[in-house]
Amino acid sequence: MSASDLLQLAVFLIPLLLAVKPLGWYMARVFTGIVPQPVRWIRPLERMIYRIIRVDPDAPMDWKQYSFAVLALSLVSVFAVYILQRSQSFLPLNPQEMSAVSADSSFNTAISFATNTNWQGYGGESTMSYLTEMLALAVQNFVSAAAGMAVLIALVRGFAQQSTSGIGNFWADLTRGTLYILLPASLLLAVVLVWQGVPQTMQRYHQANLVEPIVAADGTTVTTQTIAVGPVASQVAIKQLGTNGGGFFNANSAHPLENPTPLSNLLQMVSILLIPAALCGTFGEIVGDRRQGWTILASMLVIFIPLLVLTIYFEQQANVRLADLGVVGGNMEGKEQRLGIANSAIWATATTAASNGSVNAMHDSFSPLGGLIPMWLMQLGEIVFGGVGSGLYGMLVFAIIAVFLSGLMVGRTPEYLGKKISAYEIKMASLVILLPCAMVLVGTAIAVMSDSGRAGIANPGPHGFSEVLYALSSASNNNGSAFAGLSANSPFYNGLLGLAMIVGRFGVMIPVLAIAGSLSSKKRTPTSSGTLPTHTPLFVVLLVAVVVVVGALSFFPALALGPIIEQLMLK
Amino acid sequence: MWKQLQTSILVLLVMTILTGVLYPMAVTMFAQTLFPHQANGSLIVQGDKLVGSEQIGQSFSEAKYFWGRLSATAPVPYNAAASSGSNLGPLNPALVENAKQRIDALKQADSAIDSIPVDLVTASGSGLDPHISVEAAQVQVNRVATARKIDAKVVSDLVKQHTQPAQWGFLGQAGVNVLELNVALDQLQP
Repeated sequence: MSASDLLQLAVFLIPLLLAVKPLGWYMARVFTGIVPQPVRWIRPLERMIYRIIRVDPDAPMDWKQYSFAVLALSLVSVFAVYILQRSQSFLPLNPQEMSAVSADSSFNTAISFATNTNWQGYGGESTMSYLTEMLALAVQNFVSAAAGMAVLIALVRGFAQQSTSGIGNFWADLTRGTLYILLPASLLLAVVLVWQGVPQTMQRYHQANLVEPIVAADGTTVTTQTIAVGPVASQVAIKQLGTNGGGFFNANSAHPLENPTPLSNLLQMVSILLIPAALCGTFGEIVGDRRQGWTILASMLVIFIPLLVLTIYFEQQANVRLADLGVVGGNMEGKEQRLGIANSAIWATATTAASNGSVNAMHDSFSPLGGLIPMWLMQLGEIVFGGVGSGLYGMLVFAIIAVFLSGLMVGRTPEYLGKKISAYEIKMASLVILLPCAMVLVGTAIAVMSDSGRAGIANPGPHGFSEVLYALSSASNNNGSAFAGLSANSPFYNGLLGLAMIVGRFGVMIPVLAIAGSLSSKKRTPTSSGTLPTHTPLFVVLLVAVVVVVGALSFFPALALGPIIEQLMLK
Repeated sequence: MWKQLQTSILVLLVMTILTGVLYPMAVTMFAQTLFPHQANGSLIVQGDKLVGSEQIGQSFSEAKYFWGRLSATAPVPYNAAASSGSNLGPLNPALVENAKQRIDALKQADSAIDSIPVDLVTASGSGLDPHISVEAAQVQVNRVATARKIDAKVVSDLVKQHTQPAQWGFLGQAGVNVLELNVALDQLQP
């Protein structure tokens, strides 16, 4: 790695880590209902919302009611997003006269956005009307992210409180997350992005006169260029802050109008990890022991930083096939010149560590090992930062497994944060880990064994297998990025990946809420000499080992068939 | 149960008004007031003719123009209504084939070229990348100067003028905006 690469890395990591403590504290305040002074003026709006939706924010729900509320909102959301796409041709704000989206694609996209995945089988600027972008997709960007945060806070409450069955009010958590966190941050980021060159307009696409006319393959001469614009900045801001990742344009944040400058790139990269990282701080605040939050954050960084450095290294290597032709430089296929190789590699690692899934370079064209890392980060279960809320609740489940394993080793009843971990929690935790794993592997097997699954593959050889494995890893862990050569906008993939996204979201969320309910009703046991301290470097090692071993054992055989063979063939 | 579904519908309606209507409207208002040029797509207008956008590249293949990144958009390159990368894997023969074609074209026009910057032979992620590296512009100076029958020094100075350094000196990397450079060339010598 060159000095310049290190500088890009430092400029990205330092502001991110500096924000953890203040933002973590702020979010802890918001979710415990003690609104900090500078945003108190939002409170009347919050109260007004509770009156409209007829909810008492202080009435706690037990874990079943909480789960049902999440499911009900998701169901209603899927319907709304589906109907808006199917009827967009009759609705206003459709200056490009987009026709209705196909039934299977609408189904896939509705699930994708309601589950915070933002897998996109369609190309944004050639499919969606401005109204669909705003009313269907952006709304889900907020709501699904806020729902993820709400479930995390419910789990954290399970640790923090004792002898009660209530784990908070979902509607209040959802409203607070949106009003005090996502909305103000998005508004600010959107305006800064416009300053850097991201469009924000309701006008139709522009027709430019080409400087040099193009002769198309069919012999016709093309003299104009249609430049797609629209309400882009408002979509991009929340797509990053809510770890959604769904792009306004097909090329996502590789598109110069979605990510015009290195500064817009830096702000978006930091935004991807900002809230997931800061929630570690929030966790420490709410359980009343900040060291616990720092330990989790440290574990994430121990996995994240080496992978970050490796991805940069792999992408900086020249493709030998091109080097043979006298070409000089690292892997620039699918990357943008203004951003460069280092920033593309950092983004790829960050977007898959988080369950964001936006891209600023085409992962399908990464070097074999450079593409393996993003894929493996998703397969770990989106817990290294992960999605807003969903990442940390996944990591806390791994923490429960880690104390359980160490309990087995020394023969004592495991405890985490003063709560005894019993068979019930371990069963639920196993579901959280196994369901997405099984979905990835079984789904990939089904896809590569069926004709309609193989029909979507674009690249020959092991890379084609990687495309399918990547798609299932992405959907089953609610990431949303792709090896985009795969033609996934077919009834087969729209259906299979739709199912994968449902399993990845609710197959994790509901067991987590069950754990929250169970922990919440338990008494806190005082620490004794036999308690494993969970705020030490030793625990970081233990937690990282559990995560890596589970991830490696589950996926190494599949990865060997794809990127690893490909790397060997490249020599 | 029914109560929760009713609440869900109400919540979604409220959130739609807040985050689907008021939020984008507010951003649009700020954007159009504070940064109207960027908010409308950073357009380049000459007289009453729209030439393009500062952010969006165009396809160039004539010897008298600088060439940009390869573009994988369909049906024509640099289609700004359907952005796309090539998604070619590192071992895909088409990747090497595309690079070879570009190298041949470069060498045909200027046989003195030996080492070729990688950004000139690879497709960008968006298919619309407006920039090339400074080295990629330099290897084209001789060709453009010969085609236009002007001094290479003049062309090379123009490249320097249109080189954008790394943002704030340390973010990203330096590059040359191909469309702006070619427009400037045409202004110098139509």
